[in-house]
Amino acid sequence: MRAVRVVAVNVFRESVRDRVPYNLVLFAVLLIGSSYLIGQLTAGQDVKIIKDLGLAATSVFGLFIAIFIGIGLVSKEVERRSIYALLSKPVSRAQFIIGKYAGLVLTLAVNVSVMAVAVYVILGYMVWTEPPTIRAGWDAPGIDPALLKAIFLIFIELMLVTAIALFFSTFSSPILSAAMTFGLYVAGHFNSDLKNFERVVSSKTAARLARGAYHILPDLSAFDVKTEVVHGLPVTFGYLGSTALYGLAYVAALLLVSTFIFSRRDFK
Amino acid sequence: MPSAIRIEELTKDYAIGFWRRRSYRALDRLTLDIESGEVFGFLGPNGAGKTTTLKLLMQLIFPTSGRAEILGRPVGDITTRRRIGYLPENPSFYDYLTAEELLGYFGELFGYSGPDRRKRVSGLLDRVGIGAERRLQLRKFSKGMIQRVGIAQALLNDPEVVFLDEPMSGLDPLGRRDVRQLILELRDQGRTVFFSSHILADAEALCRRVAVVAGGRLAASGALADILAFQVHGWELVMSGASPDLVSRVKPAIRRATEISPGRYSLELSLDQPPDRILAELTAAGASLVSLNPMRDTLEDFFMKRVAEMGTGARAPHAEETRASR
Repeated sequence: MRAVRVVAVNVFRESVRDRVPYNLVLFAVLLIGSSYLIGQLTAGQDVKIIKDLGLAATSVFGLFIAIFIGIGLVSKEVERRSIYALLSKPVSRAQFIIGKYAGLVLTLAVNVSVMAVAVYVILGYMVWTEPPTIRAGWDAPGIDPALLKAIFLIFIELMLVTAIALFFSTFSSPILSAAMTFGLYVAGHFNSDLKNFERVVSSKTAARLARGAYHILPDLSAFDVKTEVVHGLPVTFGYLGSTALYGLAYVAALLLVSTFIFSRRDFK
Repeated sequence: MPSAIRIEELTKDYAIGFWRRRSYRALDRLTLDIESGEVFGFLGPNGAGKTTTLKLLMQLIFPTSGRAEILGRPVGDITTRRRIGYLPENPSFYDYLTAEELLGYFGELFGYSGPDRRKRVSGLLDRVGIGAERRLQLRKFSKGMIQRVGIAQALLNDPEVVFLDEPMSGLDPLGRRDVRQLILELRDQGRTVFFSSHILADAEALCRRVAVVAGGRLAASGALADILAFQVHGWELVMSGASPDLVSRVKPAIRRATEISPGRYSLELSLDQPPDRILAELTAAGASLVSLNPMRDTLEDFFMKRVAEMGTGARAPHAEETRASR
Protein backbone atom coordinates (compact mmCIF):
# COMPACT_ATOMS: atom_id res chain seq x y z
CA MET A 1 0.00 0.00 0.00
CA ARG A 2 2.86 2.33 0.85
CA ALA A 3 4.41 1.83 -2.59
CA VAL A 4 1.09 2.72 -4.26
CA ARG A 5 0.79 5.89 -2.16
CA VAL A 6 4.39 6.95 -2.81
CA VAL A 7 4.05 6.44 -6.57
CA ALA A 8 0.69 8.26 -6.58
CA VAL A 9 2.06 11.27 -4.71
CA ASN A 10 4.91 11.48 -7.22
CA VAL A 11 2.43 11.51 -10.13
CA PHE A 12 0.60 14.36 -8.42
CA ARG A 13 3.86 16.22 -7.92
CA GLU A 14 4.74 15.67 -11.58
CA SER A 15 1.43 17.13 -12.71
CA VAL A 16 1.98 20.18 -10.51
CA ARG A 17 5.53 20.63 -11.83
CA ASP A 18 4.25 20.21 -15.38
CA ARG A 19 1.94 23.14 -14.67
CA VAL A 20 -1.29 21.17 -15.07
CA PRO A 21 -3.05 23.39 -12.49
CA TYR A 22 -2.64 26.29 -14.94
CA ASN A 23 -5.74 24.93 -16.64
CA LEU A 24 -7.66 26.11 -13.59
CA VAL A 25 -6.72 29.69 -14.38
CA LEU A 26 -8.02 29.23 -17.91
CA PHE A 27 -11.17 27.67 -16.49
CA ALA A 28 -11.74 30.61 -14.13
CA VAL A 29 -11.15 33.17 -16.91
CA LEU A 30 -13.57 31.32 -19.19
CA LEU A 31 -16.22 31.13 -16.50
CA ILE A 32 -15.92 34.74 -15.34
CA GLY A 33 -15.75 36.09 -18.89
CA SER A 34 -18.72 34.10 -20.12
CA SER A 35 -20.82 34.90 -17.05
CA TYR A 36 -20.25 38.59 -17.70
CA LEU A 37 -21.19 38.24 -21.37
CA ILE A 38 -24.20 36.03 -20.69
CA GLY A 39 -25.37 38.46 -18.04
CA GLN A 40 -25.48 41.13 -20.73
CA LEU A 41 -27.40 39.03 -23.23
CA THR A 42 -30.14 37.20 -21.41
CA ALA A 43 -32.53 37.79 -18.56
CA GLY A 44 -33.58 35.00 -16.23
CA GLN A 45 -31.88 32.18 -18.17
CA ASP A 46 -28.33 33.25 -17.41
CA VAL A 47 -28.00 31.13 -14.26
CA LYS A 48 -28.97 28.00 -16.21
CA ILE A 49 -26.44 28.80 -18.91
CA ILE A 50 -23.72 29.37 -16.32
CA LYS A 51 -24.54 26.05 -14.64
CA ASP A 52 -24.50 24.32 -18.00
CA LEU A 53 -21.28 25.98 -19.03
CA GLY A 54 -19.61 25.38 -15.67
CA LEU A 55 -20.44 21.66 -15.67
CA ALA A 56 -19.52 21.22 -19.34
CA ALA A 57 -16.20 23.03 -18.82
CA THR A 58 -15.45 20.89 -15.74
CA SER A 59 -16.08 17.82 -17.85
CA VAL A 60 -14.03 18.97 -20.87
CA PHE A 61 -11.06 20.28 -18.89
CA GLY A 62 -11.05 17.09 -16.84
CA LEU A 63 -11.25 15.03 -20.01
CA PHE A 64 -8.17 16.72 -21.45
CA ILE A 65 -6.22 16.04 -18.28
CA ALA A 66 -7.44 12.44 -18.08
CA ILE A 67 -6.53 11.69 -21.69
CA PHE A 68 -3.36 13.67 -22.19
CA ILE A 69 -1.76 12.84 -18.88
CA GLY A 70 -3.29 9.37 -18.71
CA ILE A 71 -1.70 8.25 -21.98
CA GLY A 72 1.74 9.32 -20.76
CA LEU A 73 1.52 7.76 -17.31
CA VAL A 74 3.22 4.54 -18.35
CA SER A 75 4.65 5.27 -21.79
CA LYS A 76 6.60 8.31 -20.58
CA GLU A 77 8.22 6.23 -17.85
CA VAL A 78 9.22 3.61 -20.39
CA GLU A 79 10.40 6.12 -23.00
CA ARG A 80 12.60 8.10 -20.64
CA ARG A 81 13.70 4.82 -19.00
CA SER A 82 13.00 6.11 -15.51
CA ILE A 83 11.07 2.89 -14.97
CA TYR A 84 14.33 0.89 -14.90
CA ALA A 85 15.51 2.31 -11.59
CA LEU A 86 11.99 2.44 -10.18
CA LEU A 87 11.19 -1.22 -10.78
CA SER A 88 14.47 -2.28 -9.18
CA LYS A 89 13.05 -0.90 -5.93
CA PRO A 90 10.52 -2.84 -3.85
CA VAL A 91 7.60 -1.95 -6.13
CA SER A 92 5.64 -4.57 -8.03
CA ARG A 93 4.36 -3.80 -11.49
CA ALA A 94 0.78 -3.97 -10.17
CA GLN A 95 1.63 -1.41 -7.48
CA PHE A 96 3.23 0.77 -10.12
CA ILE A 97 0.10 0.72 -12.31
CA ILE A 98 -2.30 1.33 -9.44
CA GLY A 99 -0.07 4.05 -7.98
CA LYS A 100 0.15 5.80 -11.34
CA TYR A 101 -3.61 5.62 -11.70
CA ALA A 102 -4.27 6.82 -8.15
CA GLY A 103 -1.91 9.76 -8.68
CA LEU A 104 -3.79 10.99 -11.71
CA VAL A 105 -7.13 10.46 -9.99
CA LEU A 106 -5.80 12.59 -7.12
CA THR A 107 -4.82 15.31 -9.63
CA LEU A 108 -8.29 15.13 -11.17
CA ALA A 109 -9.96 15.25 -7.75
CA VAL A 110 -8.12 18.45 -6.85
CA ASN A 111 -8.85 19.91 -10.27
CA VAL A 112 -12.56 19.05 -10.24
CA SER A 113 -12.93 20.31 -6.64
CA VAL A 114 -11.40 23.68 -7.48
CA MET A 115 -13.60 23.94 -10.58
CA ALA A 116 -16.69 23.11 -8.53
CA VAL A 117 -15.80 25.83 -6.05
CA ALA A 118 -15.29 28.26 -8.94
CA VAL A 119 -18.74 27.43 -10.37
CA TYR A 120 -20.36 27.97 -6.98
CA VAL A 121 -18.55 31.28 -6.50
CA ILE A 122 -19.84 32.58 -9.85
CA LEU A 123 -23.35 31.33 -9.04
CA GLY A 124 -23.15 32.97 -5.61
CA TYR A 125 -22.22 36.23 -7.26
CA MET A 126 -25.22 35.93 -9.61
CA VAL A 127 -27.60 35.18 -6.75
CA TRP A 128 -26.26 38.21 -4.94
CA THR A 129 -26.66 40.54 -7.95
CA GLU A 130 -29.98 39.29 -9.41
CA PRO A 131 -33.22 40.85 -8.05
CA PRO A 132 -35.54 38.51 -6.09
CA THR A 133 -38.22 38.69 -8.83
CA ILE A 134 -35.87 37.06 -11.36
CA ARG A 135 -34.57 34.55 -8.80
CA ALA A 136 -38.18 33.45 -8.20
CA GLY A 137 -38.46 32.39 -11.85
CA TRP A 138 -35.47 29.99 -11.71
CA ASP A 139 -36.16 26.20 -12.07
CA ALA A 140 -33.67 25.44 -9.30
CA PRO A 141 -31.94 27.50 -6.64
CA GLY A 142 -28.92 29.49 -7.83
CA ILE A 143 -26.54 27.81 -5.38
CA ASP A 144 -27.98 24.38 -5.92
CA PRO A 145 -26.36 21.48 -3.98
CA ALA A 146 -27.74 19.16 -6.67
CA LEU A 147 -24.92 20.39 -8.93
CA LEU A 148 -22.63 18.27 -6.81
CA LYS A 149 -24.47 15.18 -8.09
CA ALA A 150 -23.51 16.07 -11.65
CA ILE A 151 -19.95 16.92 -10.58
CA PHE A 152 -19.69 13.62 -8.73
CA LEU A 153 -20.67 11.64 -11.83
CA ILE A 154 -18.35 13.76 -14.00
CA PHE A 155 -15.56 12.77 -11.64
CA ILE A 156 -16.44 9.06 -11.84
CA GLU A 157 -16.54 9.35 -15.63
CA LEU A 158 -13.10 10.99 -15.59
CA MET A 159 -11.83 8.14 -13.43
CA LEU A 160 -13.09 5.76 -16.06
CA VAL A 161 -11.53 7.71 -18.94
CA THR A 162 -8.22 7.79 -17.03
CA ALA A 163 -8.37 4.00 -16.63
CA ILE A 164 -9.03 3.65 -20.38
CA ALA A 165 -6.07 5.93 -21.23
CA LEU A 166 -3.84 4.02 -18.81
CA PHE A 167 -4.98 0.71 -20.29
CA PHE A 168 -4.02 1.76 -23.81
CA SER A 169 -0.74 3.27 -22.64
CA THR A 170 0.40 -0.08 -21.23
CA PHE A 171 0.85 -1.48 -24.72
CA SER A 172 0.70 1.27 -27.35
CA SER A 173 2.28 4.59 -28.26
CA PRO A 174 1.00 7.86 -26.75
CA ILE A 175 -0.54 9.08 -30.02
CA LEU A 176 -2.33 5.81 -30.64
CA SER A 177 -3.43 5.69 -27.00
CA ALA A 178 -4.86 9.22 -27.24
CA ALA A 179 -6.73 8.39 -30.45
CA MET A 180 -8.14 5.15 -29.04
CA THR A 181 -9.12 6.70 -25.72
CA PHE A 182 -10.85 9.60 -27.42
CA GLY A 183 -12.56 7.19 -29.82
CA LEU A 184 -13.78 5.08 -26.93
CA TYR A 185 -14.96 8.20 -25.13
CA VAL A 186 -17.07 9.25 -28.11
CA ALA A 187 -18.34 5.70 -28.66
CA GLY A 188 -19.12 5.46 -24.96
CA HIS A 189 -21.36 8.50 -25.15
CA PHE A 190 -23.35 6.98 -28.00
CA ASN A 191 -23.34 3.55 -26.45
CA SER A 192 -26.99 3.60 -25.43
CA ASP A 193 -27.90 3.98 -29.13
CA LEU A 194 -26.31 0.58 -29.78
CA LYS A 195 -28.71 -1.10 -27.38
CA ASN A 196 -31.64 -0.80 -29.73
CA PHE A 197 -29.68 -0.88 -32.95
CA GLU A 198 -32.01 -3.55 -34.43
CA ARG A 199 -34.63 -0.84 -34.82
CA VAL A 200 -32.51 1.00 -37.37
CA VAL A 201 -30.78 -1.90 -39.20
CA SER A 202 -32.28 -4.92 -40.91
CA SER A 203 -29.16 -7.12 -40.65
CA LYS A 204 -29.35 -9.42 -37.64
CA THR A 205 -25.55 -9.78 -37.58
CA ALA A 206 -25.10 -6.01 -37.39
CA ALA A 207 -27.70 -5.82 -34.64
CA ARG A 208 -25.96 -8.61 -32.73
CA LEU A 209 -22.56 -6.95 -33.14
CA ALA A 210 -24.02 -3.66 -31.93
CA ARG A 211 -25.54 -5.42 -28.94
CA GLY A 212 -22.16 -7.04 -28.17
CA ALA A 213 -20.43 -3.66 -28.44
CA TYR A 214 -23.07 -2.19 -26.14
CA HIS A 215 -22.16 -4.70 -23.46
CA ILE A 216 -18.40 -4.30 -23.85
CA LEU A 217 -18.06 -0.54 -24.32
CA PRO A 218 -18.54 1.69 -21.31
CA ASP A 219 -21.88 3.49 -21.23
CA LEU A 220 -20.61 7.00 -20.59
CA SER A 221 -23.95 8.67 -21.25
CA ALA A 222 -25.09 7.27 -17.90
CA PHE A 223 -22.70 9.66 -16.19
CA ASP A 224 -24.20 12.72 -17.84
CA VAL A 225 -26.91 14.21 -15.61
CA LYS A 226 -26.06 17.82 -16.37
CA THR A 227 -29.40 18.58 -18.08
CA GLU A 228 -31.44 17.08 -15.23
CA VAL A 229 -29.50 18.97 -12.59
CA VAL A 230 -29.57 22.30 -14.41
CA HIS A 231 -33.34 22.09 -14.98
CA GLY A 232 -34.03 21.01 -11.41
CA LEU A 233 -35.16 17.49 -12.36
CA PRO A 234 -34.62 14.76 -9.76
CA VAL A 235 -31.51 12.57 -9.79
CA THR A 236 -31.89 9.95 -7.09
CA PHE A 237 -29.10 8.82 -4.80
CA GLY A 238 -29.91 5.28 -5.89
CA TYR A 239 -29.06 6.25 -9.47
CA LEU A 240 -25.89 7.99 -8.35
CA GLY A 241 -24.84 4.94 -6.34
CA SER A 242 -25.54 2.37 -9.04
CA THR A 243 -23.87 4.48 -11.77
CA ALA A 244 -20.83 5.06 -9.57
CA LEU A 245 -20.62 1.33 -8.84
CA TYR A 246 -20.84 0.57 -12.56
CA GLY A 247 -18.03 3.06 -13.23
CA LEU A 248 -15.82 1.75 -10.46
CA ALA A 249 -16.36 -1.87 -11.54
CA TYR A 250 -15.31 -0.89 -15.05
CA VAL A 251 -12.25 0.90 -13.64
CA ALA A 252 -11.32 -2.17 -11.59
CA ALA A 253 -11.62 -4.41 -14.65
CA LEU A 254 -9.48 -2.06 -16.74
CA LEU A 255 -6.81 -1.82 -14.04
CA LEU A 256 -6.77 -5.59 -13.75
CA VAL A 257 -6.25 -6.04 -17.49
CA SER A 258 -3.69 -3.20 -17.58
CA THR A 259 -1.74 -4.85 -14.77
CA PHE A 260 -1.93 -8.22 -16.50
CA ILE A 261 -0.53 -6.78 -19.74
CA PHE A 262 2.07 -4.62 -18.01
CA SER A 263 3.30 -7.45 -15.80
CA ARG A 264 4.30 -9.42 -18.88
CA ARG A 265 5.87 -6.62 -20.80
CA ASP A 266 9.58 -6.49 -21.69
CA PHE A 267 11.31 -3.13 -21.40
CA LYS A 268 13.80 -3.46 -24.26
CA MET B 1 31.68 -18.70 -0.30
CA PRO B 2 27.92 -18.74 -0.89
CA SER B 3 26.64 -17.51 -4.23
CA ALA B 4 25.27 -13.99 -4.38
CA ILE B 5 24.11 -14.40 -7.96
CA ARG B 6 23.47 -17.63 -9.86
CA ILE B 7 22.66 -17.59 -13.53
CA GLU B 8 21.82 -20.85 -15.25
CA GLU B 9 21.42 -21.24 -19.00
CA LEU B 10 19.81 -17.81 -19.23
CA THR B 11 18.55 -17.15 -22.74
CA LYS B 12 16.68 -14.25 -24.24
CA ASP B 13 15.17 -14.17 -27.70
CA TYR B 14 13.46 -11.15 -29.20
CA ALA B 15 11.01 -11.25 -32.06
CA ILE B 16 12.05 -8.72 -34.68
CA GLY B 17 10.46 -7.54 -37.93
CA PHE B 18 6.93 -6.34 -38.44
CA TRP B 19 5.51 -8.55 -41.19
CA ARG B 20 8.05 -11.36 -41.17
CA ARG B 21 8.66 -12.04 -37.51
CA ARG B 22 12.03 -13.64 -36.84
CA SER B 23 13.77 -14.54 -33.68
CA TYR B 24 16.89 -12.71 -32.57
CA ARG B 25 18.92 -14.21 -29.75
CA ALA B 26 20.27 -11.46 -27.51
CA LEU B 27 21.62 -13.83 -24.86
CA ASP B 28 22.52 -17.44 -25.37
CA ARG B 29 22.56 -19.91 -22.44
CA LEU B 30 24.59 -17.78 -20.07
CA THR B 31 25.72 -19.55 -16.92
CA LEU B 32 27.56 -17.69 -14.17
CA ASP B 33 28.09 -17.97 -10.46
CA ILE B 34 29.09 -14.86 -8.55
CA GLU B 35 30.35 -15.30 -5.03
CA SER B 36 29.20 -13.22 -2.14
CA GLY B 37 31.52 -10.29 -1.41
CA GLU B 38 33.36 -10.20 -4.71
CA VAL B 39 33.67 -7.51 -7.34
CA PHE B 40 32.77 -9.24 -10.56
CA GLY B 41 33.42 -7.66 -13.94
CA PHE B 42 31.01 -8.47 -16.73
CA LEU B 43 32.83 -7.49 -19.87
CA GLY B 44 32.02 -7.32 -23.51
CA PRO B 45 31.80 -4.97 -26.47
CA ASN B 46 28.72 -2.87 -27.08
CA GLY B 47 25.75 -5.06 -27.91
CA ALA B 48 27.33 -8.20 -26.45
CA GLY B 49 24.41 -8.94 -24.13
CA LYS B 50 25.61 -7.25 -20.94
CA THR B 51 22.63 -4.94 -20.52
CA THR B 52 20.27 -7.74 -21.54
CA THR B 53 21.70 -9.85 -18.72
CA LEU B 54 21.31 -7.06 -16.20
CA LYS B 55 17.76 -6.36 -17.34
CA LEU B 56 16.96 -10.05 -16.95
CA LEU B 57 18.38 -9.98 -13.43
CA MET B 58 16.24 -6.94 -12.63
CA GLN B 59 13.28 -8.60 -14.36
CA LEU B 60 12.81 -5.64 -16.65
CA ILE B 61 12.65 -8.30 -19.36
CA PHE B 62 11.70 -11.95 -19.04
CA PRO B 63 13.91 -14.85 -20.08
CA THR B 64 13.01 -17.14 -22.96
CA SER B 65 14.56 -19.95 -20.95
CA GLY B 66 16.92 -20.51 -18.07
CA ARG B 67 16.81 -19.11 -14.58
CA ALA B 68 18.61 -16.78 -12.25
CA GLU B 69 18.76 -16.25 -8.51
CA ILE B 70 19.90 -13.32 -6.43
CA LEU B 71 20.76 -14.01 -2.78
CA GLY B 72 19.16 -17.42 -3.08
CA ARG B 73 15.80 -16.09 -4.30
CA PRO B 74 14.47 -16.15 -7.85
CA VAL B 75 14.82 -12.85 -9.71
CA GLY B 76 11.69 -10.77 -9.52
CA ASP B 77 11.17 -11.53 -5.84
CA ILE B 78 10.07 -8.18 -4.41
CA THR B 79 11.62 -8.85 -0.99
CA THR B 80 15.05 -9.33 -2.59
CA ARG B 81 14.84 -5.84 -4.04
CA ARG B 82 15.23 -4.43 -0.55
CA ARG B 83 18.70 -5.99 -0.53
CA ILE B 84 19.95 -5.01 -3.96
CA GLY B 85 20.85 -1.83 -5.81
CA TYR B 86 20.85 -1.22 -9.56
CA LEU B 87 22.35 1.45 -11.75
CA PRO B 88 20.89 1.19 -15.27
CA GLU B 89 22.99 1.96 -18.33
CA ASN B 90 22.79 5.67 -19.21
CA PRO B 91 20.32 6.26 -16.42
CA SER B 92 17.48 8.68 -16.82
CA PHE B 93 15.27 9.91 -14.03
CA TYR B 94 12.38 12.29 -13.45
CA ASP B 95 13.76 15.56 -14.73
CA TYR B 96 11.19 17.59 -12.80
CA LEU B 97 12.62 16.35 -9.49
CA THR B 98 15.75 17.58 -7.77
CA ALA B 99 18.46 15.06 -6.88
CA GLU B 100 17.37 15.29 -3.28
CA GLU B 101 13.72 14.70 -4.14
CA LEU B 102 14.54 11.74 -6.38
CA LEU B 103 16.50 9.99 -3.68
CA GLY B 104 13.82 10.95 -1.16
CA TYR B 105 11.19 9.37 -3.43
CA PHE B 106 13.14 6.13 -3.71
CA GLY B 107 13.86 6.26 0.02
CA GLU B 108 10.14 6.38 0.72
CA LEU B 109 9.70 3.26 -1.42
CA PHE B 110 12.16 1.53 0.88
CA GLY B 111 10.09 2.74 3.82
CA TYR B 112 12.70 4.99 5.41
CA SER B 113 11.24 7.49 7.83
CA GLY B 114 11.73 11.24 7.33
CA PRO B 115 14.89 11.95 9.38
CA ASP B 116 16.59 8.66 8.43
CA ARG B 117 15.74 9.25 4.78
CA ARG B 118 17.08 12.79 4.77
CA LYS B 119 20.30 11.64 6.47
CA ARG B 120 20.83 8.83 3.97
CA VAL B 121 20.09 11.06 0.99
CA SER B 122 22.36 13.81 2.18
CA GLY B 123 25.19 11.40 3.00
CA LEU B 124 24.99 9.63 -0.33
CA LEU B 125 24.86 12.83 -2.36
CA ASP B 126 27.94 14.00 -0.48
CA ARG B 127 29.59 10.65 -1.17
CA VAL B 128 29.05 10.87 -4.94
CA GLY B 129 30.12 14.51 -5.07
CA ILE B 130 26.79 16.25 -5.65
CA GLY B 131 26.99 19.49 -3.67
CA ALA B 132 24.66 22.46 -3.78
CA GLU B 133 23.31 21.23 -7.13
CA ARG B 134 21.24 18.68 -5.22
CA ARG B 135 18.46 21.27 -5.04
CA LEU B 136 18.38 21.79 -8.82
CA GLN B 137 15.96 19.92 -11.04
CA LEU B 138 17.63 16.99 -12.78
CA ARG B 139 16.87 18.53 -16.19
CA LYS B 140 19.70 20.95 -15.44
CA PHE B 141 22.20 18.15 -14.71
CA SER B 142 25.02 17.06 -17.02
CA LYS B 143 25.37 13.42 -18.03
CA GLY B 144 28.16 12.87 -15.53
CA MET B 145 26.11 14.33 -12.70
CA ILE B 146 23.13 12.15 -13.62
CA GLN B 147 25.48 9.17 -13.51
CA ARG B 148 26.56 10.17 -10.00
CA VAL B 149 22.92 10.50 -8.91
CA GLY B 150 22.31 7.08 -10.48
CA ILE B 151 25.09 5.58 -8.40
CA ALA B 152 23.71 7.25 -5.26
CA GLN B 153 20.22 5.84 -5.82
CA ALA B 154 21.70 2.36 -6.33
CA LEU B 155 23.30 2.54 -2.88
CA LEU B 156 20.38 4.12 -1.04
CA ASN B 157 19.33 0.96 0.80
CA ASP B 158 22.83 -0.25 1.78
CA PRO B 159 22.46 -3.10 -0.71
CA GLU B 160 24.16 -6.43 -0.23
CA VAL B 161 24.46 -6.85 -3.99
CA VAL B 162 25.02 -3.90 -6.31
CA PHE B 163 24.45 -4.14 -10.05
CA LEU B 164 26.16 -1.40 -12.01
CA ASP B 165 25.62 -1.22 -15.76
CA GLU B 166 28.53 0.71 -17.27
CA PRO B 167 29.14 2.72 -14.09
CA MET B 168 31.99 4.79 -15.58
CA SER B 169 29.97 5.91 -18.57
CA GLY B 170 29.78 9.67 -18.96
CA LEU B 171 32.24 10.35 -16.15
CA ASP B 172 35.38 12.48 -16.40
CA PRO B 173 38.71 11.02 -15.16
CA LEU B 174 38.08 12.37 -11.68
CA GLY B 175 34.64 10.82 -11.62
CA ARG B 176 36.02 7.49 -12.81
CA ARG B 177 38.58 7.51 -10.05
CA ASP B 178 35.85 8.28 -7.51
CA VAL B 179 33.66 5.44 -8.74
CA ARG B 180 36.57 3.00 -8.69
CA GLN B 181 37.28 4.05 -5.13
CA LEU B 182 33.61 3.63 -4.24
CA ILE B 183 33.48 0.12 -5.71
CA LEU B 184 36.57 -0.84 -3.72
CA GLU B 185 34.94 0.55 -0.57
CA LEU B 186 31.85 -1.55 -1.27
CA ARG B 187 34.07 -4.59 -1.63
CA ASP B 188 35.81 -3.80 1.65
CA GLN B 189 32.39 -3.58 3.31
CA GLY B 190 31.72 -7.14 2.13
CA ARG B 191 29.18 -6.23 -0.54
CA THR B 192 28.95 -7.98 -3.86
CA VAL B 193 29.42 -5.78 -6.91
CA PHE B 194 28.43 -7.01 -10.35
CA PHE B 195 29.39 -4.44 -12.90
CA SER B 196 29.35 -4.42 -16.65
CA SER B 197 31.85 -2.53 -18.71
CA HIS B 198 33.52 -2.42 -22.05
CA ILE B 199 36.40 -0.53 -20.51
CA LEU B 200 38.83 -3.26 -19.62
CA ALA B 201 41.15 -1.13 -17.54
CA ASP B 202 38.33 -0.77 -15.02
CA ALA B 203 38.05 -4.52 -14.70
CA GLU B 204 41.81 -4.90 -14.39
CA ALA B 205 41.83 -2.33 -11.61
CA LEU B 206 38.85 -3.68 -9.68
CA CYS B 207 38.07 -7.34 -10.26
CA ARG B 208 39.46 -10.64 -9.21
CA ARG B 209 37.07 -12.51 -11.46
CA VAL B 210 35.51 -11.54 -14.74
CA ALA B 211 33.26 -12.96 -17.44
CA VAL B 212 33.59 -11.92 -21.04
CA VAL B 213 30.53 -12.02 -23.27
CA ALA B 214 30.50 -11.52 -26.98
CA GLY B 215 27.63 -11.94 -29.37
CA GLY B 216 25.29 -12.92 -26.55
CA ARG B 217 27.48 -15.82 -25.46
CA LEU B 218 29.95 -16.36 -22.69
CA ALA B 219 33.44 -16.18 -24.19
CA ALA B 220 35.38 -16.75 -20.98
CA SER B 221 35.00 -16.52 -17.25
CA GLY B 222 37.22 -16.98 -14.26
CA ALA B 223 39.94 -15.27 -12.28
CA LEU B 224 41.45 -12.40 -14.20
CA ALA B 225 44.94 -13.72 -13.48
CA ASP B 226 43.99 -17.18 -14.81
CA ILE B 227 42.52 -15.81 -17.98
CA LEU B 228 45.65 -13.78 -18.60
CA ALA B 229 48.03 -16.60 -17.52
CA PHE B 230 46.98 -18.63 -20.51
CA GLN B 231 47.80 -15.75 -22.71
CA VAL B 232 51.64 -15.72 -22.32
CA HIS B 233 52.90 -15.55 -25.86
CA GLY B 234 56.61 -14.91 -25.44
CA TRP B 235 59.42 -13.37 -23.44
CA GLU B 236 60.91 -9.94 -23.34
CA LEU B 237 64.60 -9.75 -22.55
CA VAL B 238 66.14 -6.35 -21.88
CA MET B 239 69.95 -6.32 -22.05
CA SER B 240 72.50 -3.57 -21.63
CA GLY B 241 76.10 -3.41 -22.85
CA ALA B 242 75.27 -5.39 -25.98
CA SER B 243 77.01 -4.51 -29.24
CA PRO B 244 75.11 -4.41 -32.56
CA ASP B 245 77.27 -7.31 -33.74
CA LEU B 246 76.26 -9.43 -30.78
CA VAL B 247 72.57 -8.67 -31.38
CA SER B 248 72.99 -9.56 -35.08
CA ARG B 249 74.52 -12.87 -34.07
CA VAL B 250 71.56 -13.94 -31.98
CA LYS B 251 68.96 -12.37 -34.30
CA PRO B 252 67.90 -15.67 -35.99
CA ALA B 253 66.71 -16.95 -32.60
CA ILE B 254 64.69 -13.90 -31.65
CA ARG B 255 61.44 -12.48 -32.93
CA ARG B 256 62.28 -8.80 -32.72
CA ALA B 257 65.11 -6.62 -31.48
CA THR B 258 64.61 -2.97 -30.62
CA GLU B 259 67.38 -0.64 -29.64
CA ILE B 260 66.14 1.36 -26.67
CA SER B 261 69.35 3.42 -26.28
CA PRO B 262 72.98 2.82 -27.33
CA GLY B 263 73.96 -0.66 -26.11
CA ARG B 264 70.53 -1.28 -24.53
CA TYR B 265 68.20 -3.64 -26.39
CA SER B 266 64.76 -5.10 -25.97
CA LEU B 267 64.66 -8.59 -27.43
CA GLU B 268 61.40 -10.43 -27.97
CA LEU B 269 61.48 -14.21 -27.97
CA SER B 270 58.71 -16.51 -28.99
CA LEU B 271 57.16 -18.83 -26.40
CA ASP B 272 58.78 -21.96 -27.88
CA GLN B 273 62.20 -20.36 -27.54
CA PRO B 274 63.35 -20.67 -23.91
CA PRO B 275 65.29 -17.54 -22.95
CA ASP B 276 68.01 -19.35 -20.96
CA ARG B 277 70.24 -20.25 -23.91
CA ILE B 278 70.24 -16.78 -25.49
CA LEU B 279 70.67 -15.16 -22.10
CA ALA B 280 73.71 -17.35 -21.47
CA GLU B 281 75.16 -16.50 -24.88
CA LEU B 282 74.63 -12.75 -24.39
CA THR B 283 76.04 -12.62 -20.87
CA ALA B 284 79.06 -14.69 -21.98
CA ALA B 285 79.70 -12.00 -24.61
CA GLY B 286 79.69 -9.25 -21.96
CA ALA B 287 76.11 -8.03 -22.00
CA SER B 288 74.17 -7.61 -18.74
CA LEU B 289 70.62 -8.62 -17.96
CA VAL B 290 68.29 -5.73 -17.14
CA SER B 291 65.00 -7.60 -17.04
CA LEU B 292 63.28 -10.75 -18.23
CA ASN B 293 59.50 -10.82 -18.38
CA PRO B 294 56.85 -13.05 -19.87
CA MET B 295 54.89 -11.24 -22.56
CA ARG B 296 51.15 -11.49 -21.86
CA ASP B 297 48.12 -10.41 -23.75
CA THR B 298 46.43 -7.54 -22.06
CA LEU B 299 42.78 -8.04 -21.32
CA GLU B 300 42.21 -5.76 -24.29
CA ASP B 301 44.09 -8.17 -26.60
CA PHE B 302 42.29 -11.16 -25.14
CA PHE B 303 38.99 -9.45 -25.56
CA MET B 304 39.58 -8.55 -29.19
CA LYS B 305 40.82 -12.05 -29.97
CA ARG B 306 37.82 -13.77 -28.45
CA VAL B 307 35.40 -11.41 -30.13
CA ALA B 308 37.12 -12.01 -33.46
CA GLU B 309 37.05 -15.80 -32.87
CA MET B 310 33.33 -15.62 -32.29
CA GLY B 311 32.88 -13.61 -35.46
CA THR B 312 30.87 -10.83 -33.87
CA GLY B 313 33.28 -7.96 -33.76
CA ALA B 314 30.82 -5.41 -35.10
CA ARG B 315 27.72 -7.47 -34.29
CA ALA B 316 26.66 -7.38 -37.91
CA PRO B 317 23.00 -8.10 -38.62
CA HIS B 318 23.89 -11.24 -40.59
CA ALA B 319 25.81 -12.56 -37.62
CA GLU B 320 22.80 -12.05 -35.40
CA GLU B 321 20.57 -13.84 -37.83
CA THR B 322 23.00 -16.69 -38.12
CA ARG B 323 23.03 -17.07 -34.38
CA ALA B 324 19.29 -16.81 -34.14
CA SER B 325 18.79 -19.53 -36.72
CA ARG B 326 21.04 -21.98 -34.88
